[in-house]
Amino acid sequence: MNWEPVIGLEIHVHLKTRTKMFCRCEVAYFDPPNTHTCPVCLAFPGALPVPNRKAVDWTILLGHALGCRVPDRAIFHRKNYFYPDNPKGYQISQYDEPLCVDGAFTVPGPEGDAVVGIERAHLEEDAAKTIHVGGAEGRIHGADRSLVDFNRCGTPLVEIVTKPDIRSAEEAKQFLQLLRQTVVELGISDAEMEKGSLRFDVNVSVRPEGSDELRTRTELKNMNSFNFAAKGIEREVRRQVEIWESGGEVEQETLHFDPGNESAPPLRSKEEAQDYRYFPEPDLVPLEPSRELVERTRGKLPELPSARIRRLEAEVGFSLAEGLVTSGRDELYSRIPGERAAVANVVMNELAALGLDPAAVDADELGKVIERRGEIPRTAFTEALAASASPGFSADRYLAEAAIADVGELDPVIDRILSENEQQVEAYRGGKEGLLGFFVGQVMKETGGKANPKVVNERLREKLSA
Amino acid sequence: MIDTLRLTAEEAIGLIERGEVSGAELHRAYSDAIAERDPELHAYLCTVDEPVGGGVPIALKDVISTRGVETTAASKILAGYKPVFDATVAARCKDAGLPLLGKTNLDEFAMGSSTENSAYGPTRNPWDPGRVPGGSSGGSTAAVAAGLAPWALGSDTGGSIKQPAALCGVVGLRPTYGTVSRFGIVAFASSLDQVGPIAKTVRDCALLHRVIAGRDPADSTTVELPEPIEIPEAEDLEGLRIGVPKELNEADGIEPGVTEAVNRTIELARELGAEVGECRLPRSVEYGLPCYYLIAPSEASSNLARYDGVRYGLRVENGDVRTMYDRTRDAGFGDEPKRRIMLGTYALSAGYYEAYYGQAQKVRTVIRQEHDAAFEQFDVLVSPTSPTVAFELGARTANPLAMYAADLLTIPSNMAGLPGLSIPCGLSEGLPVGFQLIGPQFSENLLFRAGHALERVIGFDFVPERLK
Repeated sequence: MNWEPVIGLEIHVHLKTRTKMFCRCEVAYFDPPNTHTCPVCLAFPGALPVPNRKAVDWTILLGHALGCRVPDRAIFHRKNYFYPDNPKGYQISQYDEPLCVDGAFTVPGPEGDAVVGIERAHLEEDAAKTIHVGGAEGRIHGADRSLVDFNRCGTPLVEIVTKPDIRSAEEAKQFLQLLRQTVVELGISDAEMEKGSLRFDVNVSVRPEGSDELRTRTELKNMNSFNFAAKGIEREVRRQVEIWESGGEVEQETLHFDPGNESAPPLRSKEEAQDYRYFPEPDLVPLEPSRELVERTRGKLPELPSARIRRLEAEVGFSLAEGLVTSGRDELYSRIPGERAAVANVVMNELAALGLDPAAVDADELGKVIERRGEIPRTAFTEALAASASPGFSADRYLAEAAIADVGELDPVIDRILSENEQQVEAYRGGKEGLLGFFVGQVMKETGGKANPKVVNERLREKLSA
Repeated sequence: MIDTLRLTAEEAIGLIERGEVSGAELHRAYSDAIAERDPELHAYLCTVDEPVGGGVPIALKDVISTRGVETTAASKILAGYKPVFDATVAARCKDAGLPLLGKTNLDEFAMGSSTENSAYGPTRNPWDPGRVPGGSSGGSTAAVAAGLAPWALGSDTGGSIKQPAALCGVVGLRPTYGTVSRFGIVAFASSLDQVGPIAKTVRDCALLHRVIAGRDPADSTTVELPEPIEIPEAEDLEGLRIGVPKELNEADGIEPGVTEAVNRTIELARELGAEVGECRLPRSVEYGLPCYYLIAPSEASSNLARYDGVRYGLRVENGDVRTMYDRTRDAGFGDEPKRRIMLGTYALSAGYYEAYYGQAQKVRTVIRQEHDAAFEQFDVLVSPTSPTVAFELGARTANPLAMYAADLLTIPSNMAGLPGLSIPCGLSEGLPVGFQLIGPQFSENLLFRAGHALERVIGFDFVPERLK
């Protein structure tokens, strides 16, 4: 029997508002601990929340990008639980009346679009950061002491919940990459996983292909990269398939993967039976975004990454188009003149490796460098790319200085190398033509990599066959 | 010599304005009265020796955060807690130049109707120290009645201003929900809590309400007042349509002496030109109390979760964090908060939410509609504020349900978010009886006008006999 993965995602995105969700404290995660706190985010008696307008507007904008409906009324709920990172004893979140509902997000693929349903996108506040000192595993149980940093407490988070519409680990990864890029382009979040401004959990189950049943799912937490998530999903799908095929039963549980050790078996923890006792937050009035605001926000939507992938696919093929868009490099790509595939390759491979600031690059000059790629030695080409971000960069001038194509300058070097390697010259003339590379290498070494390889090749061939 | 027992806030303002008395002298006079009489009454949890501001001093219920002045909500769990900020109402009093006399006693977290639930011992009624002052704002009402403060702020969730005002023979206003900021008020039940003024006269109440009322950007549930607060001058009730809800006036447990005083007042209203007619609030009175005891504890169970020993207040150190929570909350909360936390936690639990909290919220809408219907025919509704006069200390502590019944007549309009004014309307068995006036949303000016006109003809002497 063939098995089909059924995957749903829950993504948390930190909004990069200037202030927190319900108070005026500055959002600054990496400042010294507890330097951005107030009676509201420390939950002093009597402190009351006031919603951050920008966060609400941005969530609506994101809702549009996710193809969601923005209902006339949304309310905040209290999610009650005790933990030191949760100073009020409840988190202000949304429950059955979120800001954005019923969306559809298109993930372009090489063979058509995958449309992933969006259950909801809602606004909530983040918890504080806890550090557990002493004891094993950095967990609260068994720790000698727990420290709490409230700088993060109360910062705005959007939670996006997809429908279980994703059918492979690769698709999940593509979805996440595209969502991340969308959020970044909307200007509402840095969405950087290493900084924790993008986090996600994955729900995985499997079912016999062709059936539409939903079997018991497990939740994968602690994912710290898209690649890692894809691997984790694949492994979990295999595990579940093995269980079903051996006549077993998958149990509902939360699996914490150790990101440092991919081959380690999952560390399992049974989910505590939690009753969050949700009820409408009585300290806040319902959000009633006006139709006018909702429509005005919709009008602010830029062209979305998914649409751009399709547009660029015609020029450079799907794979490069997807890579360019999801890495955010397509803007630079479109500014550089020249043969499209060559430009795309350079932007995706060389430029990405160099870590150039796309904004600093002189695209026209860079186009010239790429155009002359074949005439320039490899190292000189790379250096030219790097130099293209310097102020006043001129491709012509740089390449003239960088690449020695002048025969008058190259000939003495070539002659010297040939005379110093008589044995190899004999061997070459005796048929070992592969030695040409050896001579080219020597010339390059001698010229500090600046010789024009095309000219060197030509001159060497000429002299060796003379 | 300042007679704090008789002096009204309005008179005190006059003394200061005419330069006859300084704010500091006034503060001193009340401090002296506190030193003399408070050891018996225990209206105050703490007093302030160095007044700030040159106006008429004020006492604040100890749920109101006061910067640098201990704020405990009469709970052990907040012992020693000194806020780093002022509640908006405290800040507005400061801005108006009203120096703080001290923080008054209450039922722990405002949960109770007798002030006996204070973790720091009960307050006694100035009319009879063997009896309770009512609650939960019993400290504030006792302080005003005993001349230990010219005026005070209380907070009212199910009747915590109106009921103790009635039992102490003073005037108390529970404002329309959303007209007075809750920012900095130790929360009990957020959708019901409202701060309001307590004073000897209706005009004093209006003067103080003017200081505290109005939208606060820090409390998103507040609104702009539709009209400014007026100081009442009316001497008659010509054209006022007064509705007498049958269920509020004929409920089981209303003492005959209370009914008598209330009926006499209704008669006076008629003489002042009011049209009086009967009306009905059957569902409000039948379901008000039970629904209140679902909604208020539910919200309280969540509001009181922040007292966990992590950031401030009491912490009982012990082993892991769960044990620390348990021990801290066990040692820090008294029986009544524990009872309500348990009630509320249960009512919000999965599988019970719809039947309890959800259903109670629906009933609340019904109660609101029933009041709206009554206000199509009448301008104000009247009833006793409390079914009984002040009861003896200890009489109801063993029976929470009997204690809860003390708020039977104040809860329905509170559930509807409506304003209510209690004025003293006479004595029964030598103890004050309160007369409750309920109006539509934002009708405070009307309540003040009617209350003031009635107050003049009732001629109630607000000085307790035994203190004369």
